[in-house]
Amino acid sequence: MRDLNFNDQPPRFKGKVITDQLAGSITRVEELAYIIRIDEVMTQKLITISPNASMSDVADLMREKHISGVLVTKDEDLVGLVSTEDLIKCLINGELSAPVDKYMSTALVTLNSFDFLTEALKTFARTGLGRLPVLDENKKLVGILTKGDVTYGILRALEHDYHEEEVRRYRASHLFEDIESDRTSLILRYVIKHYDFMHGGSASSNIKKALLRLGANPQLARRVGIAVYEAEMNLIIHTDHGGSIHVEIEPHQIAIYAWDDGPGIANTEEAMKPGYSTASEEIRELGFGAGMGLFNISRCVDEMKLESELGKGTQLTMKVFLKKDEMVGEGYQTEKE
Amino acid sequence: MKISELIDQTQGKLLTRESCMDPDRMIKGGCSADLMSDVLAYIQPNAVLLTGLVNPQVVRTAQMADVAAIVFVRGKIPPAETIQLAEEVQIPLISSPFGMYELSGRLHQNGLPSLENAIED
Ligand SMILES: Nc1ncnc2c1ncn2[C@@H]1O[C@H](COP(=O)(O)OP(=O)(O)O)[C@@H](O)[C@H]1O
Ligand SMILES: [Mg+2]
Repeated sequence: MRDLNFNDQPPRFKGKVITDQLAGSITRVEELAYIIRIDEVMTQKLITISPNASMSDVADLMREKHISGVLVTKDEDLVGLVSTEDLIKCLINGELSAPVDKYMSTALVTLNSFDFLTEALKTFARTGLGRLPVLDENKKLVGILTKGDVTYGILRALEHDYHEEEVRRYRASHLFEDIESDRTSLILRYVIKHYDFMHGGSASSNIKKALLRLGANPQLARRVGIAVYEAEMNLIIHTDHGGSIHVEIEPHQIAIYAWDDGPGIANTEEAMKPGYSTASEEIRELGFGAGMGLFNISRCVDEMKLESELGKGTQLTMKVFLKKDEMVGEGYQTEKE
Repeated sequence: MKISELIDQTQGKLLTRESCMDPDRMIKGGCSADLMSDVLAYIQPNAVLLTGLVNPQVVRTAQMADVAAIVFVRGKIPPAETIQLAEEVQIPLISSPFGMYELSGRLHQNGLPSLENAIED
């Protein structure tokens, strides 16, 4: 967790116009301060007192509500603020019966409800004050903001970011438990285009993400991700028209099928050998074509079958068997077939 | 080693946005490679990848192999697609003025072991 100390405005932003470059270095916490509005986190329940009330009323109110400052309003307009300091001054003068407007401060620093938290942070830092009244567009008093409100608001937003993925993960991991059948499986289908280097690997990326959401452990997701990625790149690089990838996920095993309609492989045994590659120079420049792909796959999966007919196409089947502690779908138990 | 220290050690420049990474992720070692299959075959999780390749596939490869950060050698700057993809998958990209040999030596000397072993069979 990052430092959430907001007592000072981050000095690197002080007096600076936020350029694109600077914006690039803003962290998520700082980013949130630019997104969250003051009225989203301020306290709306206000404790106020009339300027005609007595200072002893102020003392009672502070004691009762455990607060160190009371806003003074007249016909819903903010006219001042009495703090403990004002109360002490009044006590020293022995004037508890004096009206509030004799001791309240009227030079008030306020915030706009429609501004972002960064404005509040700046004002806290500039004035050294710990709580500030918030006014709306019509200068009506609508709330009060403390440094604590700001920290709490940001923490809540961060938690929300974090929660979304957690919730998705939780739901997915219960998928296999929530649906009853004699044999439940989840099939993911992807179409891979020939020479689509722009999106190359996006199927593998989505498959890996799906496995993690289903509760697979990171080592397993990594093994499957690497194998599918090599297969996906082969469809992109070595085929006439691309091909398809289907992944069938069951609690006890993951089966991956990658197939295409040509050109096929003359000698699959030779193709499997580490170092064997027919990739062009252009492909090599992209970092592929080392002839390690099929060999890599064989090391990542438990079972692998490469079938091909020249002029017809290639089918690659990969299977990963899950041990009990690796099973996808949390807590799911099933007999292995 | 944290990413901030890696940037220091490589005298590098962070190319991705700071908000698009976990600043506390620990980098456990390093691996230098220009062949994607080598990376996939030999790198261990949580390594920094030093490479001269800048296309988006480097990021995909890194994502599959659980790479913690990518450093481009010899001041290379990747195209916008590469940076965008890296931000999406939360892998920080750094550009360092040093060559692969110099960079590997520096990082190794400063406590980053080689994470270039074969994957467990
Ligand atoms: N789907 C496919 N269709 C046709 N040829 C393929 C296919 N997959 C692999 N090959 C052949 O097998 C060789 C070895 O593949 P691989 O081990 O992944 O290495 P690389 O992709 O680096 O060449 C390829 O160079 C290519 O000749
Ligand atoms: Mg290949």
